[in-house]
Amino acid sequence: MRKAFIAFASFAILALSTAAVEAQHDTLTLAMTLEPAPGLDPTVGPAAAIREITYGNLFEGLARIDRNAEVKPALAESWTVSADGLIYTFKLRQGVRFHDGTEFDSADVKFSLERAMAPDSRNAQKWIFAPIARIETPDRYAVVVTLKRPAGNFLYGLGWGDAVIVAPETAAHNSTNPIGTGPFKFDRWVKGDRVELSRFDGYWRKDAVALRKVTFRFIPDAQAQISALLARDVDAVPLFAAPEAVAQFKTDKRFSVTVGATEGETILALNNRKPPFNDVRVRQALAHAIDRKAIIEGAMSGYGTPIGSHFSPGHPAYVDLTGRYPYDPAKAKALLAEAGYPNGLKATLRLPPPPYARRGGEIVAAQLSKVGIQVSIEPVEWAQWLDNVFQNKQFDMTIISHVEPMDIDKYAVDDYYFGYRNPHFKEVMSAIDRATDPAAQNRLYKEAQTLLAEDSVNVFLFQLPRITVANADVIGLWQNVPLPANDVTEVSWRK
Amino acid sequence: MASQGLARGRAGLATGIGLVLVLVATSLLSLVWTPYPPADIDIPSRLQGPSLAHWLGTDPFGRDVASMLIVGGRNSLAIALTAVFVGLVLGVGLGAAAAASGGWFSDVIMRLADFTFAFPALLSAILITAVLGPGAINAVLAIGIFNIPVFARVTRGAALQIWGRDYILAARAAGKGGLSITVEHVLPNVAGLLIVQASLQFALAILAEAGLSYLGFGTQPPNPSWGRMLNEAQTFMRAAPLLALFPGFAIAVSVLAFNLLGDGLRDLVDPKLARMR
Repeated sequence: MRKAFIAFASFAILALSTAAVEAQHDTLTLAMTLEPAPGLDPTVGPAAAIREITYGNLFEGLARIDRNAEVKPALAESWTVSADGLIYTFKLRQGVRFHDGTEFDSADVKFSLERAMAPDSRNAQKWIFAPIARIETPDRYAVVVTLKRPAGNFLYGLGWGDAVIVAPETAAHNSTNPIGTGPFKFDRWVKGDRVELSRFDGYWRKDAVALRKVTFRFIPDAQAQISALLARDVDAVPLFAAPEAVAQFKTDKRFSVTVGATEGETILALNNRKPPFNDVRVRQALAHAIDRKAIIEGAMSGYGTPIGSHFSPGHPAYVDLTGRYPYDPAKAKALLAEAGYPNGLKATLRLPPPPYARRGGEIVAAQLSKVGIQVSIEPVEWAQWLDNVFQNKQFDMTIISHVEPMDIDKYAVDDYYFGYRNPHFKEVMSAIDRATDPAAQNRLYKEAQTLLAEDSVNVFLFQLPRITVANADVIGLWQNVPLPANDVTEVSWRK
Repeated sequence: MASQGLARGRAGLATGIGLVLVLVATSLLSLVWTPYPPADIDIPSRLQGPSLAHWLGTDPFGRDVASMLIVGGRNSLAIALTAVFVGLVLGVGLGAAAAASGGWFSDVIMRLADFTFAFPALLSAILITAVLGPGAINAVLAIGIFNIPVFARVTRGAALQIWGRDYILAARAAGKGGLSITVEHVLPNVAGLLIVQASLQFALAILAEAGLSYLGFGTQPPNPSWGRMLNEAQTFMRAAPLLALFPGFAIAVSVLAFNLLGDGLRDLVDPKLARMR
C-alpha cells in the first residue's frame, strides 16, 4: 500500500513537472527595471516603460517600426503618397478586431489621429501629428490624410508607440484597461509587481504568434534581476541592469546574452532655467569636469558608447562631438571662476532608480567635487522622478536616459524639464521638419547636434546599451531597439 | 561549575572589550587618518584584489575598501551611539517617572511601550525612514525611537524593586520628593543594569543601521556604510566575492563584540544570574 502510494506520488510529481516544462513553452516572463507610470495608455504618457509593454503587443498603429528600424505596414495594408508629399492615402487591413470584439475601421483611425493632434492632447510626441491638416475617410477601409506641409518623418512617426490606433469607446480607459488590436490582450496589472497579457484569439495574423501568455515583471534591483534569472523566475531581462554580471551569464550555457543598441542618450540633465545652470560657462565647466570614460567603466562595466551631443551614434547624421569638452578639471575651475563661482558651488543631484543613474551619480558627484562643486545626492523613486523632476521641474541636476529615437527635437520644446531656450535651434528643428530630402535633413541634424554641444545644454554622457540576458531557449527577442519596445510577437521557445 | 562559568564569562567579556576597543580606536583614528580618502573614486584601479597599496582591495569605483570599512565603522558607531543615547535618555526618564508615580501614568507609559513593541523594530524603522526620507539623522531617529520602550521597561522594572526597599522608606520619611529619590537612590541602583542593556542595544542598533543602509534608507553616498557596501557588492558576487565578505565580516564582528560585552557585564552586575548558570 505504502509502496503503491510512493509510486503514485512520484508519478504525480513527474507528471506535474513535465506539465510545468511543457507549459513553459508558450509562456514568457520578462523583467523590466521600471514600471509604467502613471498608466498603460501609450498615447498620453511620456514614460518609455509604457511602450516597453504596449508596443507591438497590445497596440498597433497604421505603420510599425521593425527590429531593423524600418517602417513596415501594420494596420494599414499599404499606402500611397502624392507627388507633392502632401496627401497620404492608407488602405486599411480588413477583418481586424479590437480586444473587446469590435471591428477596426477608418473611423477609429480618424478618431485616434484627431485625438492625438488636438490642442489638449497629452500625447508625448505631438510632432508626429503636427503636420496634419485634415483626415478624411472615403470608406470604411480607406483613410486620406492631408498635410499642411511635406513632412519627411510622417510615416516613421506613425510607426511609433505613441501613434497607435485606439477605439473611441474605450480610449478613455486605456490607462487602466488598455484595449488595442495587438496580438496580446491585457489581463491584469498587479501594481508594483507585474502586468499580465494573454494571446488575443481574434488577432489578424494569429498564426504568427507562438506565445500564449506574457508577463512583464518589475524588478528595479539589479541583484534581484540576477537572482530571478538564475532561479528561472524570469525568462529574459531585455534591459539588464547589472552589466558587471554579464561575464557571469556569458559563461553560463543556460543563458544567452546579447549586447545591442538602444536610442537611449544618457545625460546629466541640468536645469537651464535657474542659476547657476542658466550660465553657459557653468554648463561648459561641468562638461569639462566630467570624465565619461570613467563613468562608463565604473557604472556600466565598460558597456556604453560616449556621446558629445544628444544624438545616437548609430544614425547616419551623427557627429562625434565627444572631443568638444575634453576632461580637464583645471579648465572647469577656470570657467567656474569666470562665471563668478571661484569658490565652487553647491547643487543637488536627483537620481531615479536605474543603476546607470544611481551609480553614475556617485561618480559624477565625485568628479564634480574635484572642481569645487559640492553635490548632494538624492535618490528618488520612479513615479517621484516623473512628478518632481520631469513634470514640476524641481531639480538642479539629474541623470536620465532619453530612450526615444530622434528625440533631439525635445530641445525645441518650450518649458521642457531642462528648460533649454534657443530660437536658432528651434529654427533648425523646423527646417528639418520642412525638409524632405534626407541629405538636407542630415545636414541640419548635424548643425543641431553642434548647437547643443556649443551651448552645453546638458552633460552628454553615453549611449545606453541594450543588454539582454535570456534563457538560451528563448528565440526571437529584439537585439537592438530602434524605439522603446519589447515586441514579443515573434518570440518563441526552441523546440 | 560556577567558577568555570564565571571564567568563561570573563573571557567573553575580555574579548568583547578588546574588540570594542579596536573598533573605537580605528574609528577615532579615521577622524585624522585613513589609508585613502574613502570617497575617492579612482576608476582605473577598480576591482583590485588585496595588495600592499590597497590592503583589502578596491571596489567597482576604485575606492579603497579598507578606508571605506574604517569610515563605515565610524558612521555605524556614531549612528548607533546617538540612537542608543536618545533611547536611553528618553526611555530611562519615562521608565523612572512611571515607577515613581505609579497609577494611570505608569499604565499609559507601559501600554505605549507595549504598543511600540508590537511592531517589528526594523520594519518600523524602514517605515519611519520611508516617511521622513533617507539619511543618517532619520536613521538615528528611527532606531532611537525603538530603543525608548526597551529602556523604559528595564528602568521601570528595576526601579519598582528599589522603590520597595527600606532605605527609600527612610528617605521618604526624611521628606524627600519623588524626583530627588529617583535621582539619588533609584538611578544609581539601576545604572549597572542600564549599562548592560545599552551595550546589548548597541549591537542591535549597529545591525539596524546596516539593514537600513543596505536598503538605501540609512547613510547616504558618498558617506560609506557597511550596509550599503554589502548591497553594492551583491551583483559582484561572482566577479569579486571579497567585496561582500569584508563588510559582512565587519558587521558580524562588531555585533558579536557588543553582545559579548553586554553579556559579560551582565555577569558582573548581576552575580545572582551568573551563579545560576
